[in-house]
Amino acid sequence: MPNSFIRPLLVSAALFASANIASADGLADFDALADAARGETVFFHAWSGDPTINAYIAWAGEEIEARHGITVEHVRVTDTADVVGIVLAETAAGRDTGGSVDLVWINGENFIALKEAGLLYAPDGEGWADRLPNWAVVDVAGNPSLTTDFTVPVDGLQAPWGTVQFSFYYDSDVLSQTPTNLDGLLEWTRANPGRFTYPQPPNFLGSTFLKLLLAYTIDDRARLAEPLLADEAEDALTPLFAFLDELHPHLWRSGRTFPANQAALRQLYADGEIVIGLANNPAEASGAIARDEFPASTRSFVFDDGMIANSHFVAIPSNANAPEAALVVANFLMSPTAQLRKQDPAVWGDFTVLDVSALDQNIQDGFAALDLGPATLTPTELGPAISEPHTSWLTAIEEMWAARYQGG
Amino acid sequence: MPTWLRLAPGLTIALLIVPVAAGLMAALLPAFGYFPPLGGTRFSLQPLTDVLSAPGIGRSLFVAAFVGFVSPLIALALTFVLLACVWDTKGLHAVRRLVAPLLSVPHAAAAVGLAFLIAPSGFLFRLISPDLSGWERPPDFLIVNDLWGLSMMAGLVAKEMPFLLLMALAALPTLDGSRRRMVMSSMGYGRGTGFFIAVAPQLYRLIRLPVFAVIAYASSVADVAIVLGPTTPAPLSVRILEWASDPELATRFTAAAGALIQVVLTLMLLGVWILGEKAVRFFWLRFIASGIRSGGGKLPRVIGLTLSLLPMLAIAFGLALLIIWSFAGRWRFPDILPASWSLRAWEQLGGGAMELAGTSLVVAVVPTIIAGLLIIGCLEVEHATGKTGGSRSLLILYVPLLVPQLTFLFGLQFLSIVFHVDGMITSVMFAHLVFILPYMFLSLADPYRRFDGRMLEVAAGLGMGYWRRLLQIRLPMMIGPILTALAIGIAVSIGQYLPTLLIGAGRVPTLTTEAVALSAGGDRRALAVAASLQALLPFAAFWVALAVPTFLARKRRGMQIR
Repeated sequence: MPNSFIRPLLVSAALFASANIASADGLADFDALADAARGETVFFHAWSGDPTINAYIAWAGEEIEARHGITVEHVRVTDTADVVGIVLAETAAGRDTGGSVDLVWINGENFIALKEAGLLYAPDGEGWADRLPNWAVVDVAGNPSLTTDFTVPVDGLQAPWGTVQFSFYYDSDVLSQTPTNLDGLLEWTRANPGRFTYPQPPNFLGSTFLKLLLAYTIDDRARLAEPLLADEAEDALTPLFAFLDELHPHLWRSGRTFPANQAALRQLYADGEIVIGLANNPAEASGAIARDEFPASTRSFVFDDGMIANSHFVAIPSNANAPEAALVVANFLMSPTAQLRKQDPAVWGDFTVLDVSALDQNIQDGFAALDLGPATLTPTELGPAISEPHTSWLTAIEEMWAARYQGG
Repeated sequence: MPTWLRLAPGLTIALLIVPVAAGLMAALLPAFGYFPPLGGTRFSLQPLTDVLSAPGIGRSLFVAAFVGFVSPLIALALTFVLLACVWDTKGLHAVRRLVAPLLSVPHAAAAVGLAFLIAPSGFLFRLISPDLSGWERPPDFLIVNDLWGLSMMAGLVAKEMPFLLLMALAALPTLDGSRRRMVMSSMGYGRGTGFFIAVAPQLYRLIRLPVFAVIAYASSVADVAIVLGPTTPAPLSVRILEWASDPELATRFTAAAGALIQVVLTLMLLGVWILGEKAVRFFWLRFIASGIRSGGGKLPRVIGLTLSLLPMLAIAFGLALLIIWSFAGRWRFPDILPASWSLRAWEQLGGGAMELAGTSLVVAVVPTIIAGLLIIGCLEVEHATGKTGGSRSLLILYVPLLVPQLTFLFGLQFLSIVFHVDGMITSVMFAHLVFILPYMFLSLADPYRRFDGRMLEVAAGLGMGYWRRLLQIRLPMMIGPILTALAIGIAVSIGQYLPTLLIGAGRVPTLTTEAVALSAGGDRRALAVAASLQALLPFAAFWVALAVPTFLARKRRGMQIR
């Protein structure tokens, strides 16, 4: 897969070059920009289903208020697609400035939707994230998902906030030998019917599980970086659905219903209904143990040939009311201090987007000293990362899934 | 009476009709593909065909129709059974007291509580595990989210019953139960049969519109369906929300078309219901003419009471479990009570919760007071002119309750953006006002009309002017019904999720939006905290509505609540 590594590098290199040329705007003098934004309010639309994340955002808001005099209002969001809807509706109604969203926590499909509609803030017609001061320490070289989001170039239109890799959690009191591949998972569910399931697509976590299955059933993973042509979809997805047809009868509730989302799945695991669960964030299970939600015997495992990895970002809509203040917030969110705190499992446990080796020694020590928790795999244990496939794959999978399993 | 007061009815009608009509219009255009900003510049039937060709859509429509028809039917039947059991007894007052707090439990919270009660990992299964059942882990039974929507139906019945009871209890006094009971007894009918012959037909006529509102609600409800309803596929309402929140722009047209189909579906259900009324009437008359006098006795009464109280008990019990959850530490299957306790969930929400509660209260109180003034204005005009407006004005009152909320709120959201009033707390209050008005009017109109006019005539004879008669005689004497109406206004406002979310653009966070946001996130404890607080506010309002009149009436026997 050399191509998928090189391309984002080229893109970011090109953007870096252009960033140095563009100096007429406020981004060139960030301190002046931050001073000018003092006193403004940033409406930060962010998914709010997890109280620990909400608490982290509240902390960041207080820090930003103290450092820059900018107020951050966390607007509670249940589904980021709703925020896309707000921006669309506003611009549709002719409101091209003074919009209600200043900053949004986003990635993948939603980012692409806004990017393609041209609704992302781009001062001087260019990206801004790679012109922020803290971009210098972002792990651009080591983490391709920071510059290519679901195969679409980020182009500096969103600033990286965190990075995650898909993993399974399980109860080690019940399960001693964890599956290492699809066959192992199928074998286990067959022997333990009703103890495994996944959230119903198009839920994000459920879709990610299907993408993992896709990566393991496709003949050549390199194909996933390219768009899926309509006439090839049937053939390319046949092995995936053959596997699902075999798996479903042994799922929770015999696959006749599915949990709605990550939260519902977690609750099923906490209630003891299922024994293996899925997490997008590797630290999720450890956090749940610490909160007494999960049994202390919970551990994590991954498949041998890699797991889906992606990053999440913050973006500024083109009609934001306070885009300059939002830049200041985005820059703070990827600062070493904020990133270190975010990776602390007691706070949130979300992995950093920074190149830790490039940071000050005391911050490096801070990262090294973090106790990841009993159920969190280290980056080495997490194994190889599989990049997100082109969105056309997921669209096709979701359509086929609905036609096949949602017919009632 | 001053002439400007005569504007009240017109203003109220405008408030009920204009937002709904405008919202419907704004949702209709995209349903036919016309919405230039999203690239829809030509009218087409494509969105409608997209909806009708979506996988599993037949099943989605069927479940919406099935639940939308059967749950009101069961709720209505149980309401009548309960009333037949307690009619003209002291039990009626007990029911009256039970209704208000149950009505104030938000739908989402009630659904979550019920789910925890009946799920295989829930309380009932824990009671018999592992000793009786031998289950060390929850059994793999499909109960919640079942394909037929039965658990969703149970949740709806339990939440619809208190509403129908409230309406029936308001209407019942006009039927003069005691005398009817005497007549029926003298003819040898027992309490139960007597109710179904002498009271039920007329009572049904009086609560017919509330029943229609329940059908409209049950066929288009989203939050209860999300928690308890089937998922493969989900009922129509949930699928509309899914289309509306798809990042793919084209599906917004599909959502609008789905919302249109939702209106048609609801109207069709109402049509079928009205046909059903005729059939029931035919058989009812034969039953009455048959002269059968059985159906008294103790056993049917006990069975009737148990059946009809069961859904409401389930809600109360589910809510109690939610409150326990908010303090729970480790609580795993099959433990009946938490193994450890924790204040973490309450601490985490902490000060933020007070702020949310404050917003909820402001957003509820302001429109409630406005609605109260408007309604009193309408009723005063009605009193002065003697014109009630008849069934047509009653229908207008029900417009916001009969048109599926989801459909016209989409349109309203768009309009609020066009006029730059989205995300403002005043816009949210305005949206709440539209939904509060009907409920408050229904609760206040009847006591107001039954007020003994001779009091006012005496006062006028003693030389009291209009305002003094109103402010010193009528309103103080009606403090009980007025406070109850205000409490209902507050309860309805606090339960509003979609209007707060869509019109508030997410910028007016309330306990309700927080509770639903947390229910998307899963920590049952955090959800329990938000839901408990959400139930607490209306509960407090109802308590005030009950306590203040009792306190004021402690030395005035004639005003005491009997």
